[in-house]
Amino acid sequence: MSHHIVQAEDLHYTYPDGKFALQGLSFLITHGESVAIIGANGAGKSTLLMHLNGVILPQKGMVRIGEMPVTRETLPNIRRTVGTVFQDSDDQLFMPTVFDDVAFGPLNLGFPKEEVEKKVRETLEKVGALHLINRATHRLSGGEKRSVAIATVLAMAPDILVMDEPTSNLDPKSRRNLIELLKSFTHTKIIATHDLDMAMDLCTRTIVLSEGKIIADGPTSDILINEQLLHKSHLEKPLSLQGCPICNKK
Amino acid sequence: MEGDISKIDNILFNLGYLDLLAYRDSEIHRVNPVAKFITTVVYLFFVISFNRYEIKMLLPFSIYPLFLILRADLPFGYILKKVLYVSPFVIMVGIFNPIFDRHIFFSFNGINITSGWVSFLSIIIKYFLTVTTVIVLIGVTGFYNLCYAMNKVGVPKVFSVQLLFLYRYIFLITEEAARMTRARELRTPISKPVSLKVYGSLAGHLLLRSINRAERIHRSMILRGFDGNIKIAGRTSYRLNDFIFMSLWILVFIFFRFFDISDFIGKLVLKVFL
Repeated sequence: MSHHIVQAEDLHYTYPDGKFALQGLSFLITHGESVAIIGANGAGKSTLLMHLNGVILPQKGMVRIGEMPVTRETLPNIRRTVGTVFQDSDDQLFMPTVFDDVAFGPLNLGFPKEEVEKKVRETLEKVGALHLINRATHRLSGGEKRSVAIATVLAMAPDILVMDEPTSNLDPKSRRNLIELLKSFTHTKIIATHDLDMAMDLCTRTIVLSEGKIIADGPTSDILINEQLLHKSHLEKPLSLQGCPICNKK
Repeated sequence: MEGDISKIDNILFNLGYLDLLAYRDSEIHRVNPVAKFITTVVYLFFVISFNRYEIKMLLPFSIYPLFLILRADLPFGYILKKVLYVSPFVIMVGIFNPIFDRHIFFSFNGINITSGWVSFLSIIIKYFLTVTTVIVLIGVTGFYNLCYAMNKVGVPKVFSVQLLFLYRYIFLITEEAARMTRARELRTPISKPVSLKVYGSLAGHLLLRSINRAERIHRSMILRGFDGNIKIAGRTSYRLNDFIFMSLWILVFIFFRFFDISDFIGKLVLKVFL
């Protein structure tokens, strides 16, 4: 199953305004791994994610998805393999109804009509949103939008899921549901986030970015107790690792 | 200040309300969008086809929108309000007719009615009939279903898809505009009108945000295999009822167009009572 591998080799990217976004990233994510990408605002998380699906092509260095390098020629394949869930679900849900939105990807892949309908139902069922199938996308709640946005990506049967802040703007219950949902997926998952508690729950490995460089890469449980490292990258120990403020009062 | 804030919220609510109406269920709602669309286009065509001095033959045409409103149980007051909103514009269009067109059309008890007034009234009636019907059509079909219908009957995709996206994002843009205005108002303790400078900045920001969003949407589209051609899976099925709805109404329109039913009823009433 080598095609679920994500590899970056000495990845560089400089924005047109001269700002260095990525300065020599290298990592290898293997099949079925869940990896959290954490770091301060502007550390390069989103830029990195955009490299993984080929929205941005590397200026120097290389990204490989499975055996395939990400280049202009391989883009159709890359985009089928890598599913991207955006931070703002409203960017992802552009069709008027939930059905049409989930059907958008499969239709572009050339699925026959009956297959599309089946696929849409299957995927919505998987994210627990089948009852929303005929609703207008702009009338969904934040949590519903997020579930449907994930369904739109799953409908293309990707092997790798790339997510930008999947738990942002969700109420605690929707957040918990989402975490449970993501836990149930066997895909390789790469999640950029500030929600370190979610990273604890979901990701076995964490990569810490700072100013476009990897400053740490290792098991989540090691990284998230390293206060010095977290402080350096504008982060805090996850709440679940902090003592209870009431029982542990000094 | 408060007035301004609630005004925008109100517009937003009103916009969404028409859309919500389309979620109701009635026999009219269940008629296939394509059938409703074609019937309404034929209706509009017939209403507009009358000459500028026609009044009495137009009146029977009010049956179609009234029928839709009643059978679909739409709130009459809401629709009337919507129609009245735009009416000043139409009055502006027609108001010069009575001034320039002073031929005497007919006399009634010594009062001369000029053809200018008649054509003015005709414009107003046509306006009420057509606009009410279109609003009712959206209310019983839903905007996006209409776009599908347009697509099905051969309206170029450029238009239908454009409308589809417009409708999807108009709520977000209005909301964004509302949030910005609210933020401005809350920092303007003494209510005063928006200065041109501030207005320019607000409008500019809104444009930039929209462009950014458009970029992100486009990105999310190409990531899901968009190749410049939007494919829409139509899920509508046709039933015999749809065909009956369409053909019966079109027959009625033809009848109203070529047979002066008002005249007939008028004569009948005279015959019975005099």
